[in-house]
Amino acid sequence: MIDPQRQRSLMAKFAIGIPYGWLVAFFLLPFLIVLKISLSQSAIAQPPYTPVFELAAGWHGLRDFFAGLSLENYAFLGTDPLYVLSYMKSLEIAAFSTLLLLVIGYPIAYAITRTPRRIQAFLVLTVVLPFWTSFLIRIYAWMNILQHDGPLNRLLLALGLVREPPVWLATDTAVYIGLVYSYLPFMVLPLYATLEKLDESLLEAAADLGCPRWKTFWLVTLPLSAPGVLAGALLCFIPIVGEFVIPDLLGGSRTSMIGQTVWTEFFANKDWPTAAAVAVVLVCLLVTPIVVFQYQSIRGAERGS
Amino acid sequence: MMRKASSFNLAALGLGLAFLYLPIVILVIYSFNASRLVAVWGGWSLHWYDELAGDAPLLESAFISLRIALVSAAAATVLGTLAAVALVRLGRFRGRLPFAAMIYAPLVMPEVITGLSMLLLFVAVSIDRGFWTVVIAHTTMAMCFVAVIVQSRLVDFDVSLEEAAMDLGASPLQTFLAVTLPLILPAIAASFMLAFALSLDDLVIASFTTGPGATTLPIRIYSQVRLGVSPEMNAVCSIMVAVVGVAVIVASLLTRLSAARGTPARV
Repeated sequence: MIDPQRQRSLMAKFAIGIPYGWLVAFFLLPFLIVLKISLSQSAIAQPPYTPVFELAAGWHGLRDFFAGLSLENYAFLGTDPLYVLSYMKSLEIAAFSTLLLLVIGYPIAYAITRTPRRIQAFLVLTVVLPFWTSFLIRIYAWMNILQHDGPLNRLLLALGLVREPPVWLATDTAVYIGLVYSYLPFMVLPLYATLEKLDESLLEAAADLGCPRWKTFWLVTLPLSAPGVLAGALLCFIPIVGEFVIPDLLGGSRTSMIGQTVWTEFFANKDWPTAAAVAVVLVCLLVTPIVVFQYQSIRGAERGS
Repeated sequence: MMRKASSFNLAALGLGLAFLYLPIVILVIYSFNASRLVAVWGGWSLHWYDELAGDAPLLESAFISLRIALVSAAAATVLGTLAAVALVRLGRFRGRLPFAAMIYAPLVMPEVITGLSMLLLFVAVSIDRGFWTVVIAHTTMAMCFVAVIVQSRLVDFDVSLEEAAMDLGASPLQTFLAVTLPLILPAIAASFMLAFALSLDDLVIASFTTGPGATTLPIRIYSQVRLGVSPEMNAVCSIMVAVVGVAVIVASLLTRLSAARGTPARV
């Protein structure tokens, strides 16, 4: 029989090594390549950039590698207002929609915790269920509703709320509706998770001491749910900044979010180095929220054990 | 106990659920519309479902998507489970922090960046893009979700069960296969489902990493949806909603069943 100690260390090597190797090869390495290409010059060729590093060239290649790097693409991003506006637009839309999600998601999460335990699990499932249907379908469903002679406008006309059917599609409003709709479960779930753990006796104590309910909410419930608020906000804000499908299908063509800019640079303009530079700057913008998110998740996982 | 829902709470719940479900219900109703004009109601009909059955490229894309989802979900489940075991059970090995960081970063990374970076990798090592490149990209993305789900299950896990098995003479491998694995199986099954759904759903990463002959269903739908709303698309989307609905109900019944049978109740 094999020595248990040795078997254990073999298993450990196996469990660490395989996923580690996979992530280094398919997550870390691709990022380094993006970084490298963002520093290369574009060329009309296939692939459309000049390879600045030839392994076969050895030392010589290494020297050429550093000599060939240029910050040209980054300088280009700064000079063309298209990119700056696109970044600003993304951050603005992400910040405002995260706020909307918080305002809409909080009452829903809170209401779920007020229902009997048996129903809570069912309600959580109900909130998550639409998330399982395709992302694309959910956005398409809204294209259906928001079109010029679609159900929403006909309802508004029938109720006499508007005289002329308002234009919804290709506006920022439509983008916000799509974002809130798609990301709502990501906001409700972490909020519910923290609110559900809230110690009821604290609220009872506040009530006993004569604190009005709105003030109890403001002074007790809200501060105690801060971790959930932070988790939900990060889980929505970070991906929304880079969102592509929602602004592409529901938004107008006048201003594009940064995800669309990467897409266009890449697929339409075939300018890979610029696309890579846009992506690198986007990651830099998101580094702070991503690090906060990771810190929270790792700490959360650790606290549980 | 103060556990009572006020009328404000109930209104929030009602409105929230209506907001989440109405769009999908409207979509499904319109898929049965007999009229070619999307906005005009022409009575109930299955006409558009008939049309779909004859749409060969669409059916082929659906088949490709299912195959990609199946392979990548299986691979992601194995890799993600190993990663979760490494994170929870193996203490502070060297390089643990960057490992944990690489598990959590893809969860929030914008898809456009993940897709672009994968593509540039495939071009740099000159791999022809197609079925397998999409599988690799989806596996990488999904394994992180799997790792997080299985990890949360392992954290709740009663270690004394493993210790008992070892005390009774089981080797570490036997302990893992006979004790640990069956107990975390519901989490593994759930994360397989999630990985499958994520792959089936993905448009952005697949668009970057796909090649000729591997047009997935979301890519095909996206190219048609860009042109506007059409009755055929209503029908495709309704079918997908139905499939997902049935799958989720079956999965939740299965996990409830296995939870009731095999694992101690969670406190």
